[in-house]
Amino acid sequence: MSRRADPAARAPRALLLPAALGVLLLIGPLVALLIRAPWGDLPSILAGGTVLPALGLSLGTAAISAGLCVVLGVPLAVVLAGADGWPAPARRLARALVTTPLVLPPVVGGIALLLLLGRVGLIGEPLYRGFGVTIPFTTAAVVIAQTFVGLPFLVLGVEGALRGVDARQQAAAAVLGAGAWTRFARVTLPLAAPGVAAGAVLAFARALGEFGATITFAGSLPAATQTLPVAAYLALNSDPAAAIAISVVLVLVSLGVLVALRDRWLRGIAG
Amino acid sequence: MSRRPSLVPVAAATLVLLAGCAQGGSGAASSSPTPSASPSLSGSITVDAAASLNEVFPELATEFQQRHPGTRVVFSFGGSSTLAAQIVSGAPVDVFAAASTKTMRTVQDAQRTAADPVVIARNRLEIAVPKGDPGKVTGLADFADAAKTIVVCDETVPCGAAAQQVFSLGKIAAKPDSYEPDVTAVLTKVRTGEADAGLVYVTDVVAAGDQVQGIPFAESDRAITDYPIAALTDSKNASLAQAWVDFVVAEGGPDLEAAGFLAP
Repeated sequence: MSRRADPAARAPRALLLPAALGVLLLIGPLVALLIRAPWGDLPSILAGGTVLPALGLSLGTAAISAGLCVVLGVPLAVVLAGADGWPAPARRLARALVTTPLVLPPVVGGIALLLLLGRVGLIGEPLYRGFGVTIPFTTAAVVIAQTFVGLPFLVLGVEGALRGVDARQQAAAAVLGAGAWTRFARVTLPLAAPGVAAGAVLAFARALGEFGATITFAGSLPAATQTLPVAAYLALNSDPAAAIAISVVLVLVSLGVLVALRDRWLRGIAG
Repeated sequence: MSRRPSLVPVAAATLVLLAGCAQGGSGAASSSPTPSASPSLSGSITVDAAASLNEVFPELATEFQQRHPGTRVVFSFGGSSTLAAQIVSGAPVDVFAAASTKTMRTVQDAQRTAADPVVIARNRLEIAVPKGDPGKVTGLADFADAAKTIVVCDETVPCGAAAQQVFSLGKIAAKPDSYEPDVTAVLTKVRTGEADAGLVYVTDVVAAGDQVQGIPFAESDRAITDYPIAALTDSKNASLAQAWVDFVVAEGGPDLEAAGFLAP
């Protein structure tokens, strides 16, 4: 990128020290994890029967959750971004509500999901009594918990991208006779695509690492609801080396996925 | 407690000395006639304790602090295994009370215990069902019923190891829907009505009040959990740490038994 060579874009020297400390805080724990990882035992731990099903479950559920986040989050972001006509308090409240899962302790999020979708929950009870459907302790519950915590990342990312879209393009499309749906599909969406991709990657990453809401709402059953973070937490109790090994797998997998997606979908976007 | 933080330990210690004679009056609530607080006891200690002790220990601490003014006992409750891992990793803790001798053993093996652990109580598993027993659970045999929603602790924590033990004693092919990370998580699932039954400790059923019902079962007699306590080598206040251990060992019995624990 030619930007790097531009002296006008160089960061002030005073920022270097805090930036370096920030890097240390972000990278230091990972380095410690990698140094202390029982590399020699890694193959036997991976083959131990706990890790691979948990890894497959984590990747599968996180991918579905990221997809759900796109399906639900893009329309939500479009509505929010077009909410300029709403009264200011309503707009602020809507935005605050959407971002609530970001600040809610995930365990509390899990309890809230139980209160709504649990067997004696607001919606869960009629579902159970009427159709015999129970959601907790199922893989669906894992996906719901992950979507719950991942959705704000997608909505915020897409909404930010939409705000950068030039309103005149929309206006021009309208003048040329495009209806609301055509404007959305042919103008808005292509322009917001980078934000959608970035938001989906963040939502996927958040879903992959999700623990608190999952263990509370979905429980922990191998091959059904026991995701990799849950397996790591349980292993910590009996075999810390195994927990570190599982964490290394999680770090490597998420790094690999993020790098791969970034290369394929996000080339040239956001630096 | 409005006890001041550690900024004033010296002043507090002085107060203890001054108040030493007059203390009989304030200490009268505790039936012990010999309040003779050792003058060296002051400051605060951190006690890591198994989650199931989180009702009894604060009660005992109130009594202990009344008897030794100027002292403060701070608790960190959690899963025994997690706490043990933190202690072994160097967490600044003065006393550890675990929900199993095996967990305490990991702390002993790391040379962190200042003296041999003493067992202060024992606990027994019990079946917990939501109020009204909606899943019509009557005994341990129901844990093999795939149609019922069953939760137990994961094998990696003491309550899960005990659960596996009673299943094998009862020759029951249990089909849990979830292996939870600690006994509190099991209780939460039963309390909220999400599970038809879970295996928890008798003390958890007592603590949950009328939100859950307990169903005793015979096999639990042969899978009793011990609760050892020990002062730790890293303590910066070894005399207070040991005084707390001695106090719990000597006088914790009635409170522990009221909470559902068995005598050691």
